[in-house]
Amino acid sequence: MGMTITEKILARHAGRSSVSAGENVWVDVDILMTHDVCGPGTIGVFEEHFGKDAKVWDPDRVVIIPDHYIFTADRHAHRNIEILRDFVRRQGIRYYYDPDFVQGEGMPSPYRDPTATRYKGVCHKALPEEGHVRPGEILLGTDSHTCTAGAFGQFATGIGNTDAGFVLGTGKTWLKVPPTMKFVFHGRIPPYLTAKDLILAVIGEISVSGATYKAMYFTGEGVASLTLEDRMTLTNMAIEAGGKNGVCDVDEKTLAYVRRRSNRPDWTVETDDRDARYCYVHEWDLGAMEPLVAKPHSPDNRATAHECRDVTIDRAYIGSCTGGKITDMIFAAAILQGRQVKVPTFVVPGSTEVHADMLRLNLRGRPRADGEPSIHDILREAGCTMGPASCAACLGGPADTFGRLNEPIRCISTTNRNFPGRMGHQQAGVFLASPLTVAASALTGRITDPRDYVDGPIDTGEAGVV
Amino acid sequence: MQDRIRGRVYVLGDDIDTDQIIPANFLTYNPAIPEERKLFGRHALCGVPAPGAGLPDGRVPFVDQSDPANTRSDYRIIIAGRNFGCGSSREHAPLALAEAGVEAVVAEFYARIFFRNSVNGGYLVPFESVERLVEHHRTGDEVEIDPKSGRLTNLRTGRTYALKPLGDVAPIIEAGGVFAYARKAGLLKKA
Repeated sequence: MGMTITEKILARHAGRSSVSAGENVWVDVDILMTHDVCGPGTIGVFEEHFGKDAKVWDPDRVVIIPDHYIFTADRHAHRNIEILRDFVRRQGIRYYYDPDFVQGEGMPSPYRDPTATRYKGVCHKALPEEGHVRPGEILLGTDSHTCTAGAFGQFATGIGNTDAGFVLGTGKTWLKVPPTMKFVFHGRIPPYLTAKDLILAVIGEISVSGATYKAMYFTGEGVASLTLEDRMTLTNMAIEAGGKNGVCDVDEKTLAYVRRRSNRPDWTVETDDRDARYCYVHEWDLGAMEPLVAKPHSPDNRATAHECRDVTIDRAYIGSCTGGKITDMIFAAAILQGRQVKVPTFVVPGSTEVHADMLRLNLRGRPRADGEPSIHDILREAGCTMGPASCAACLGGPADTFGRLNEPIRCISTTNRNFPGRMGHQQAGVFLASPLTVAASALTGRITDPRDYVDGPIDTGEAGVV
Repeated sequence: MQDRIRGRVYVLGDDIDTDQIIPANFLTYNPAIPEERKLFGRHALCGVPAPGAGLPDGRVPFVDQSDPANTRSDYRIIIAGRNFGCGSSREHAPLALAEAGVEAVVAEFYARIFFRNSVNGGYLVPFESVERLVEHHRTGDEVEIDPKSGRLTNLRTGRTYALKPLGDVAPIIEAGGVFAYARKAGLLKKA
């Protein structure tokens, strides 16, 4: 019987030659990631069950990336960062990315130079940048969007504090082997679509619970034609369909990135066997697809941007692990260049590396020449309000969070979730869309099909490539 | 797990996500600190929009907010529809319900991370109903769950409904969570 990528990875980590969907297996974990929201609770669970002086199973396989509540005056948020600092000191954890500018009370002043801080920003963007994702590995993280890393051909999924505390002490966890759903995209990605449109199509098709307990495998020429970053948008939102993990094939794009970034030299590339079993298959032709939005209050509330052309918006938001990567910024800038936004538009880089690239690269994703505007310049000059790298308003957060919806307004956003209250106010309405659609809508003040602005391929150059 | 779980029910609809169970602005509290852990109980389910909060009529606060020190709910059992606990991986969600006094949730099915957190953390028992129960119960009804026979009885209407077997996770629930289970199974040293 053939196996899928997900089954092969789980089998190898369980010390088995094969597993099949539905079996429970104990597996060895390669990397455990936590952050400032779930880290303190995870540390609490670990110390309660293994002892105050216990050591983690392997300090070089524990990665801690504060990213959620950084730019806030909330004293509990600051205290939580101190808990992480104390833990990594006591445990000798190397891969900790400290918001070194968070010192003392009050709203911290953001880093001045994104290349001169240990701080990284959103964990799911920082994990591959810092070399912690590799094909064939198991990555667990205390965040539901940990599934993002499946874009690199690995098994990655979100867990809670108790599971994470258990992994910290043992390096192991039990997992139920998920059946795999296969999503095939034919044709190459047209310039007016991004992976966000593809994943909104999938979630709209199968619903927010359509992939519950299942692996989501994205494949076909269409996925191969995506940049690595855009594949991360696909796998990132697997959780929005209830998926356990999302996974893509490994190709030269993946290998080039991982070879350059990985801090371990070896990994295993798995592929689906020809006779692998799928519990569901759906195929799309990219040429026939349209720019989509998910209307309030659910990621599966699918409509085309065109159908929503009479919907006015009060705000636009470009950021998060889903839509705050450097290629997302180029997509937005390509539309906003030389124009002015009509509604307040907040831009939050996914990571300090994205922020640095926004300053370093030109609109074609290449190092800018002297006097040539950067991506950051283009967005700022279009009237966007620029913030520092963080999860920021994607999940609301404390009331002083940058870009948070503190009023019952309508926002179009490149983020991932739009359940009631997700970005702050319970009565606010959030429309999820691609960075192209969000940028086009920011220009008109109503939901706008980006085909009104996109007239040719958008070159993202070397942005996010290695 | 108790032989019988009995109490008043709080009824919710479909796709109750973790932001509704415990909104993100409360996640700065650290569940490892007892005084802060209690606060999750006070704010449990405060993110559910009023029309859906306590069906069929809605607008029923899950935790009485008139006493500023109150962290407990009058409801021991939650009845919900599809995909309960979808969204984020925050374990604060089942923890908040448990801190408010919830012992069991009965939903058609769960988002997997919420289900796993409920079981592994030993917070509450996540039962799955065979048929949809939301429309058959009113918030405030007294119900009794018999885990052994897999039955839920509404004591107001006298009707009984079947629950699905807990299956693979039953031993972990019985043990009280994944740590206790792993010790029992010899996977971890005794504490």
